[in-house]
Amino acid sequence: MARMKFICDSERCIECNGCVTACKNEHEVPWGVNRRRVVTLNDGVPGEKSVSVACMHCSDAPCMAVCPTNTFYRTEEGVVLHDKDTCIGCGYCSYACPFGAPQFPASGTFGVRGKMDKCTFCAGGPEANGSQAEFEKYGRNRLAEGKLPACAEMCSTKALLAGDGDVVADIFRNRVLKRGKGAEVWGWGTAYGSKQAGQPQGAKS
Amino acid sequence: MRPFTILALVILAVVLAACAEREQTANGIKSDAAPYQGTNHPFVVTGWKPGDRNSWEQQMKVRTVQGQNDYAKVP
Repeated sequence: MARMKFICDSERCIECNGCVTACKNEHEVPWGVNRRRVVTLNDGVPGEKSVSVACMHCSDAPCMAVCPTNTFYRTEEGVVLHDKDTCIGCGYCSYACPFGAPQFPASGTFGVRGKMDKCTFCAGGPEANGSQAEFEKYGRNRLAEGKLPACAEMCSTKALLAGDGDVVADIFRNRVLKRGKGAEVWGWGTAYGSKQAGQPQGAKS
Repeated sequence: MRPFTILALVILAVVLAACAEREQTANGIKSDAAPYQGTNHPFVVTGWKPGDRNSWEQQMKVRTVQGQNDYAKVP
């Protein structure tokens, strides 16, 4: 069974923000909400690294654990989704998430702190696949169209990979072997639930 | 006068219907249709059969490799 995952290869990311733009355009995400963003460490210093960050669809998702209204659910494909009809906008998920994925629109149902919005791995929400109601709340459901997330498919350097975890891991492993460096993927250990082969000893996940 | 008032009220009700708040139910987590069920609109890519899980999973793998593995294009 497919188990959907993202990996961002920081050796390849050039901070073009194409993934951010693709996501905002595909899902018509409102102003003030960025489901995906590019974070740069040591900006301006030689050797700076950039990484594209969104919901990592964790195997043991902290947001699911802390949500008081049980809004989150995990699909059979391993995608962590949420039901906006039951979200009360408390923000606990935002505090729990190590990636800063949950976003809160500044206007809407609850005023300054609206119902939570986050990356859906382009898998929509509980509404019928491809319906207008699903699009308005969660954006396009590309998985049901036989496509992969727009951010990864638009990535010009293929730094951002998305798809079945086994296939994506094979692609990344092959890259690391060919170039001989860059095995340390940030967030890998947290999102995948354990330390993975290829990570250096003592490295932060 | 009276038929005019009734007509005006009917027109007003029709016009303002779009301003009503959409129904929001709180029934807990709903069941979500699996992505392999597909959608009914024309944006579905060809090459797989909606409703067939194996076909969808194969489509995902093929698309991942063809679209994202540049070593598969340029060895």
